Amino acid sequence: MAKASTEKAAVQPEYPITTMSVVAPIVGWLIPGAGHLLLKRYVRGVLLMISVVAMFFIGLGMNGRVYGPNGGDILEMLGFVGDVGSGVFYFLARIMEWGQAPAATAIADYGKTFLIVAGLLNFIAAADAHHIALGKKP
Amino acid sequence: MTLNLTHFSAAVVFALFASVVFGITQRNTMIDQFKYGLYCFALFVGGVFLAGWAMWLLRR
Repeated sequence: MAKASTEKAAVQPEYPITTMSVVAPIVGWLIPGAGHLLLKRYVRGVLLMISVVAMFFIGLGMNGRVYGPNGGDILEMLGFVGDVGSGVFYFLARIMEWGQAPAATAIADYGKTFLIVAGLLNFIAAADAHHIALGKKP
Repeated sequence: MTLNLTHFSAAVVFALFASVVFGITQRNTMIDQFKYGLYCFALFVGGVFLAGWAMWLLRR
């Protein structure tokens, strides 16, 4: 009896996947901070949204380059991966053709870094929303 | 419109937003998140000053 219950406990995952644990990170990726808002972590969600969106638009304001999908240089591919982390703001920038000017100044180079890091930070925020939805984090 | 931030102000703005995200995502309780955010911010800005002085010394 005790052995059977032990085996059952071993089979059951500690943090079972729920619908919200899948939906929250996807929503959080598409709209920065929205995953946390969906999980009723309003203060965290708003702070994450302000941080990621501000970094993204400051990067654009500094004439940072927005990378498109590409299969060339490894750094350009990684730039795309970072940029796409900003979710709808990345797609908006691509549609509106923002950030297409070549980086001719040091400021534009900083802007490019802001854009990439905004996306990468949003990936971290989306992973955090996943952990909250699973119950691993309060 | 172009934002013309100096290298230092760009680094401080970067440090501020990155520290907020690190604080929220890497710690569990609100007070720990605040402390860790401040810690990250201090490291970022401290690193800027250290790197700045190191470059000044190298230039001499």
